[in-house]
Amino acid sequence: MKRFTAWRRRPWAGYAVVLAALAAIGVIYAGFQPQPDRAEAASTAQAADDLQNGKQLFNKNCASCHGLNGEGSKDGNGKPLAPSLIGVGAASVDFQVSTGRMPAMNPGAQMPRKTPIPDFNVGLKTDYEEPEKRAAAEKQKAQAQKNLADLIAYVDSLSASKGPAIPSAEMVDPKKGDVALGGKLFRTNCAQCHNFVGSGGALTGGKYAPPLDTNDVTPTQIYEAMLTGPQAMPVFNDTTLTPKDKQAIIAYLVQTREEPNPGGFGLGRIGPVSEGLVGWLVGVGLLVLAAMWITAKKPKKLKKS
Amino acid sequence: MSDNTDETNGAPREPGESGAGRERVVGTPSPATEKQLLASQDVSAPAGAGEELDEEAAKRAERVVATFFLLAFAGSVAFIAYYIGWSGRDGGMHGIERARESNYWLGGMMALSFLALAIGVTIWVRRLMTSKPIVQERHELQADPQTREAFTEAFIEGAADSGITKRPLLRRTLLLAAAPLGLAPLVLLRDLGPLPEKRLRHTYWAEAVKKAKAEGRKGVRLVVDGTNAPLKVSDFAAPGSMITVLPEGIEENAHHPLNEIAKAVTILINVPADQFKPAKGRENWHVGGIVAYSKICTHVGCPAALYEQTTHHILCPCHQSTFDATDAAKVVFGPAARPLPQLPLGVEDGYLVATDDFPEPIGPSFWERG
Repeated sequence: MKRFTAWRRRPWAGYAVVLAALAAIGVIYAGFQPQPDRAEAASTAQAADDLQNGKQLFNKNCASCHGLNGEGSKDGNGKPLAPSLIGVGAASVDFQVSTGRMPAMNPGAQMPRKTPIPDFNVGLKTDYEEPEKRAAAEKQKAQAQKNLADLIAYVDSLSASKGPAIPSAEMVDPKKGDVALGGKLFRTNCAQCHNFVGSGGALTGGKYAPPLDTNDVTPTQIYEAMLTGPQAMPVFNDTTLTPKDKQAIIAYLVQTREEPNPGGFGLGRIGPVSEGLVGWLVGVGLLVLAAMWITAKKPKKLKKS
Repeated sequence: MSDNTDETNGAPREPGESGAGRERVVGTPSPATEKQLLASQDVSAPAGAGEELDEEAAKRAERVVATFFLLAFAGSVAFIAYYIGWSGRDGGMHGIERARESNYWLGGMMALSFLALAIGVTIWVRRLMTSKPIVQERHELQADPQTREAFTEAFIEGAADSGITKRPLLRRTLLLAAAPLGLAPLVLLRDLGPLPEKRLRHTYWAEAVKKAKAEGRKGVRLVVDGTNAPLKVSDFAAPGSMITVLPEGIEENAHHPLNEIAKAVTILINVPADQFKPAKGRENWHVGGIVAYSKICTHVGCPAALYEQTTHHILCPCHQSTFDATDAAKVVFGPAARPLPQLPLGVEDGYLVATDDFPEPIGPSFWERG
């Protein structure tokens, strides 16, 4: 204790404490930043029959929660654990699997977006310089695309009624959308949760609206999300917001990704909240340091005698 | 430093009265003799403070301070030069596409100028100014008893002279004359703005429904905000759907369309019919689970439209007021005091229509709302 007291009375102790506190805030923030979960899975299944392949993939990755026939499951109290997949449609399966939300690794308030398991990693990077590396990646990606298509075909085969289908590439082409209309529709119907430029935001009970402002979020996934209403998101079907309206929203979102921040740092573009927080934590910390230094007792040097 | 000692007792203290004899509450200043605000052995002044500085060091410090002041001067000159010479060109702020560059330069130069000035002054204070302790003497604010007595006497004498105590008629009419004058500033407050009259009690839905009913229709159609497409019941069939709607024709026919839209904006939600509990007296206000609520939060008027289709909660992003869409938008959490007003819905030719205005004023409380 005595040593601590002596340490604390050193002239630099105060500065050290404030600097350490600032550093700790940074470290804690970095710790809390969501990190994509790493998933491990066994080697890809090979099967001649596509549907058979899809069924195998389903049994391996999905059946433990959604049931062997995709009928969903409930816990002991009758509370649903996993929803039924009968008639959910291709768009829903494609969205959940291609964004890595399914297969879900651990239950929580919400399934986070993460790198899909190797079986379904359709967003795999293939732009390698070395030809052999690129060829391997392209092969893997093609296999993942086939796997996903097979899985979708299998889930679709579980019921006679078909849910929403995957939109075509032309339907989601952001270049063909009306950005102004998209901005209006986004601000009236989506901005409450996703923020006005799609940076995402908090919901109740640990749930959140994920950010839409990175290039990982593909136009097809945005369309599918509107169509199927994954998790807490409401549904915007094609008769309420027509395919043209959805294309406009996608065009708006893609355009806002390229917008520069006139002030320099975006700070998540949630406006005065993030700026105020940074101002408080960092700015006030530095001001405290400055105030300590300015008012510190320091004898003036005396005339040499 | 005698001014800082306790003199409230007037009389000099008995030696035995101080210190250990009295009970002391933890956390209060120690009593009696130690009751000096500034202890005599105070060490706030560093040893040698107030003495003359080493002239050589002072000269050095002076030069450093002057350098910072020159830097501050250069910064503000650069600010002005950039503003006039570059930023102001091409029709001011050289276009939005270079706003970022302009912000960097202007902000950077101004920051440099202020910062250099602040650093200069700080070094001046720390290195050049002496830190002699200065005692500010405090005196009692109260005047001495003789002065106070004399004033009271003069006041009473004056009052008696004026006859205000003797002539009540004068006194009362004077009060009567002064009272409305005092109220006059309150009347002036009226000019701060027009009273809202009935504008906060009704939305454009009322006008639109009235017009539709005059034409023999059942109500006014709901159109999607943004595309103005009217909605059929079959268009909005998917459970878990949500969309922002407006009364048909609001943009063309309303006097102040933006004001009217801001009040009439409504969220349409398709709650699965088996989970929907209609409120008493509102059993036919929904169409198979399709309900419409005002989008304006009843707390302070933010757009409450964060609808979670898993919990059927409507959340307001500002202060987390949460409403239950399945239960007449009852408040389940947060500072809102009232549920979101519900819009009565009906069907006409397959289209969703509103059959009446919101039954109560939308949005937050206001003075005359009651």
